[in-house]
Amino acid sequence: MKHSRAAVLLACCTSACSGFDRQSAVDPAGPQAESIEHLFVFMVVIAVVVYIAVIGATIAIIRRRKATDEDPRSPSREASAARAIKLAIGVVVPVLFVLLVYDFSVGRSVNAMTNTPMLTVELTGHRWWWEVQYEDPIPQNRVRTANEMHIPVGRPVNVKLASHDVIHSFWVPNLAGKKDLIPGHVNEVIIQADKPGVYRAQCAEFCGAQHANMSMMVVAESPERFSKWIASQRQVPAPPVDTLAARGQTVFEGGQCAMCHAVASTRAAASIGPDLTHVASRLTIAAGTLKNTTANLGGWIVDPQGIKPGVDMPSNALSPTDLRALLAYLRTLQ
Amino acid sequence: MTTADKRGAITLPPAIDQGDRERLQKTWEPRTGFIGWITSVNHKTVGKRYIATALIFFLFGGLEAGMIRLQLSRPDNGILGPDLYNQIFTMHGTTMMFLFAVPIMTAIGIYLVPLMIGARNIAFPRLNALGFWVYLIGGGFLYVMFFMNTGPDAGWTAYTPLSGPEYGFGKRVDIWAQMVTFTEISALIAALEIITTIFKMRAPGMTFSRLPLLVWAQLVTAFMVMFAMSSVATGSIMLAADRLIATHFFNPAEGGDVLLWQHLFWFFGHPEVYIIFIPALGMVSQIVTTFTGRPVFGYPVVVTALIATAVIGFALWVHHMFATSVHQLGESFFTAASTMISIPTGAQIFCWLATIWLGRPVWKTPLLFVIGFIVVFVMGGLTGVMLASVPFDLQAQDTYFVVAHLHYVLIGGAIFPLLGAFYYWFPKVTGRMMSERLGKWNFWLLFVGVNVTFFPMHILGLRGMTRRIYTYSDAMGWGTLNLIASVGAVIIVASMAVFAFNLFWSLRKGEAAGANPWNADTLEWATTSPPPPYNFVDTPVVIGRDGLWDYGDEFPVITGLHTDRPEVLITSVMTAEPRYRHEAPSPTFAPLVMGVLIGAMLIAGVFTPWGLVYGTAFIGIPFYMWAWPDKREHERNLREENEKRLEKKEAA
Repeated sequence: MKHSRAAVLLACCTSACSGFDRQSAVDPAGPQAESIEHLFVFMVVIAVVVYIAVIGATIAIIRRRKATDEDPRSPSREASAARAIKLAIGVVVPVLFVLLVYDFSVGRSVNAMTNTPMLTVELTGHRWWWEVQYEDPIPQNRVRTANEMHIPVGRPVNVKLASHDVIHSFWVPNLAGKKDLIPGHVNEVIIQADKPGVYRAQCAEFCGAQHANMSMMVVAESPERFSKWIASQRQVPAPPVDTLAARGQTVFEGGQCAMCHAVASTRAAASIGPDLTHVASRLTIAAGTLKNTTANLGGWIVDPQGIKPGVDMPSNALSPTDLRALLAYLRTLQ
Repeated sequence: MTTADKRGAITLPPAIDQGDRERLQKTWEPRTGFIGWITSVNHKTVGKRYIATALIFFLFGGLEAGMIRLQLSRPDNGILGPDLYNQIFTMHGTTMMFLFAVPIMTAIGIYLVPLMIGARNIAFPRLNALGFWVYLIGGGFLYVMFFMNTGPDAGWTAYTPLSGPEYGFGKRVDIWAQMVTFTEISALIAALEIITTIFKMRAPGMTFSRLPLLVWAQLVTAFMVMFAMSSVATGSIMLAADRLIATHFFNPAEGGDVLLWQHLFWFFGHPEVYIIFIPALGMVSQIVTTFTGRPVFGYPVVVTALIATAVIGFALWVHHMFATSVHQLGESFFTAASTMISIPTGAQIFCWLATIWLGRPVWKTPLLFVIGFIVVFVMGGLTGVMLASVPFDLQAQDTYFVVAHLHYVLIGGAIFPLLGAFYYWFPKVTGRMMSERLGKWNFWLLFVGVNVTFFPMHILGLRGMTRRIYTYSDAMGWGTLNLIASVGAVIIVASMAVFAFNLFWSLRKGEAAGANPWNADTLEWATTSPPPPYNFVDTPVVIGRDGLWDYGDEFPVITGLHTDRPEVLITSVMTAEPRYRHEAPSPTFAPLVMGVLIGAMLIAGVFTPWGLVYGTAFIGIPFYMWAWPDKREHERNLREENEKRLEKKEAA
C-alpha cells in the first residue's frame, strides 16, 4: 500500500507540490468538469465582448463633442437613439438564446447516465468530516472509509449524497459541479476522472464552526491500482506484533478513542467519528486539514481543539508513553 | 397662479402672506425642541432619522467587512477564530441587507416621495413614525446582543437545520429571527404608506404617465415588499416556533423539510435584491434627467422595465438552490427567467446612455456616480447571466465567484447610485451643497477600491475558494489574491472616510444651495431647501411629465387647504383630480410608546413564548392613545358642520 501512495504523490507532484492537484474549476480532469469549463470559456468570451461594447459605447458617449446650438430634444436625433436601442436589444436577445441552448445541452450532458457500469459510493456528511462507503452486493465487500475517496480513472462514479446533521455540499471542482448533502433528502452526482491525480474536495455549504476545514481527497488512479486499493481496504488489519503497538491498541480500546471511532476486528466499534481501520493509508487526517504524518497525528490527538476549534473530538491528555504507543498502533493500520 | 423663475431660485408665490406661512409652520410643527423631535410625525423628520440610522448600520456593516478582509488577508491567519468570524460575516450580511440597504432605500422614499408628488406629508404619518422606532429597536437589539457575544452565526440566510434548535446553540439564531420580524414590520409599514401616498396624494395633474421615475421605482418596490416580506415573515415565524415551542416545520425526522426554509427565504431573498436595486434605478433616472438637461429617453420603456424586473424578480428564487438538486424542467425554467431579467435592466441602461448622448451632460459628482454604476454594475450583471446557467452555477455557487458577483451587483447597483443620490439631494435636505472636489475623490477611490477588492474574487472562486471560510491553508495558493482584495478594502475604507468627512464638513461649511441648485425638473425643487414642515405653501399643479421645466413663467398652484390645521389634498387614483381635503394626524407620543412596547414584546418573545401573549395585551394601551380623538378638534368640526347647515338653510 505504501508504494501506491507514494506513486500517487509522485504523479501529482508535477502539478502541485502540496500533495494534491490545484483545486480549480478551470483545470478540469474529467468530462463533467471539462464540458462545464468549455461552457464557461464560451460565456466569458461573450461577456467580455458585451462588456467591451457597453463600456466602449459609454466612453464614446462621454467623449462626444457637442455643437453649442444642438437641441437636446431634437426629434431627428431621438429617432436614431431609438434605432440604436432597438439594435442593441435585438443583438442581446438572440445572444441570450444561444447561451440558453448551449447551457441546456451542457446541463443535460453532465447528468446523463452512461452504459458503462457505474461505481456507486455513498457519501455522508458529518460535522466536519466525510464518511465514504463503497456499495457492493456482497455485504462484507462493502468498504467504509473517511475523508478520502478512491476512484478508478475513466469510469463514471455515482456518488449518493446524504447528511447526518446539517446541510453540506460535495464539491470536487476539477471533476464536477457541487451537490448538496441534505438531511432527509438523497441526492446523487456523477463524477469521473480521466487523469490520475489527487483532487481536493471541499464542503461548499456553510455548516458551522469548522466549515473551512471540511475537505477530502478524491484519489483517481488506474483501475488496477484501484482494485488493489479496494482489496486492501477489505482486509482486516492484523493484530500488532510489536509490543509498543500492542500497548497502543490497549490505549485505543480502553481510552476515549473507542467511544467514537471504530477499527474493524477490534473492540472499538463506535461510529460517531471516522472509521480508523485503515487510517495509516490515508493522505490526510482531520478531514484534509493536516498531512498524515506521525507528528501531525500526535498533535491532532492531543489538541484537536487547537487545530479545529469547535470540533467534536475532545482533547486527550495522554502520557507521553501512551501517546507514543497509540501512534505506533495507528501507524500499523495500513 | 403666480410667477416663478424657472431657472434660479423659485420665487415663492406672493399670494400667500407671511402670516399664512407662519400659521402653516405652527400648524405643521406645533412643538419644537426635543419633545417636538421625538413626537414628530413629519415624513422629513422621520426620513432623516431613518437615513442617519441606516448610515450608522452601514458603518457597522463596513467595519465587519473590514474585519473579514483582515482575517482573510493571509493564509492560516489567526486574528479571528471560527466562532467570532462566523458571527461577523453573519452580522455583515444581515446588517447590509436588513438594516442598511432596504431601510435606506425606503427612507429615501419616505423623505422624497411626498415632496416629489407635491404632497404636504406622507399618508399614515403616525404609522410611519412607528415604523422607524420598530426598525431602530430591532437593529439596536441585534447589535446589543452581538456585543454580548450572542450574535447570530448561521449566515444571513440562516439555513435550517444549521439554524434550527438542534444545531443553532443558545439564543443566537432566535435573535436573528426576531430582528427579521422587526424589519418586516417596518418595511411593510413603509410599503403601505408609500403605495397609499402615491395612489391618493399626488398633486393635481400628476397622472401616472407624469410620475417621476424615482416615484415609479418606489411604487414598484413597495409592491415587491408586500409580497416578499410575507414570505420571509412566514419563514421566520416558523423558524422561531421550531426553536421556541418545538414545532417541526424544518425537522425531517418529524416530517418537516429543511428545504422549505430555503424556498421561503429565497422567495423573499431574491426579490430583496430588487427591492434594493429598483429604487437605485429610480435615483439614476432622476440624476440622468437633471444632469443632461432633458427627460430620460424612453420613459415608457423605463417604467415597463421597472415593472418587468419586479415581476420576473419573483420567478428566480430557485437559482439560489440549484445545488440542492432541482428537477431538470424546473432548472430550465429558473435559468430562463434568470437570463431574461437582464433584458429590462439592459434596456434601461441603453435608455440612460441614449439620454446622455442626446442631452447636454454636466459632469458633476452625481452623474459621475451614474457612470460608475454602469461600469461596475454591468460587470455584475454579466456574471449574473453566467450564473443563471445551472452547470456553471454548480461550479461557482457558494464560492468567491458568487461573492464577487453579488458585490459587483449590490455595490454597483445600489451603493454607486445611492452615493450619487446623496450628492444630488443633500442640498435639498440640508440647504447646503456637498463639496465637489471631495466628491470626486470619493468616487475615484470607491471605483478603484471596489474593483481591486472584488475582481480578484472571481478568480479565487474559480480556483476553488468557497464562501464563509474563516481560514485557508497556504497550500491552496489563494494568498496573493486575497491580499490584493484586502488592500482594495483599505481603499474602499478611505473612500468612505472621504464621504463621511464630506457629509459633516458640508453640513456646516457647504455652499448655500438655494431652492433648485441643479435646475432639476421634479417638484421637490419647487420649495425651499431645506423644505418647510408643510413642504409647499400651496399645492403645485402638474401640467406635464417634465414637472418644473413645463411651467415657463407660470407656476400653477391650487389653493384652499386650511392653514390652521394640518390638511392634505386627496386626489383620485388614476387621474389625480382633487377629491377632498383630509386632516392629517398631529404629532404624538403614541408611535414611540407603541414602538417601545412592540420592541419589548418581541424581545421578550425571544426568551419565552409568553412574551408575545402578554405583549399583545399591553399593546392595547398605545393603541388607545393613538386613536383617542382630540376634543378641540372634534368640537371645532361640530361647530363648522352647524355653520354649514345654517348657511344652507339661509340660502334655501
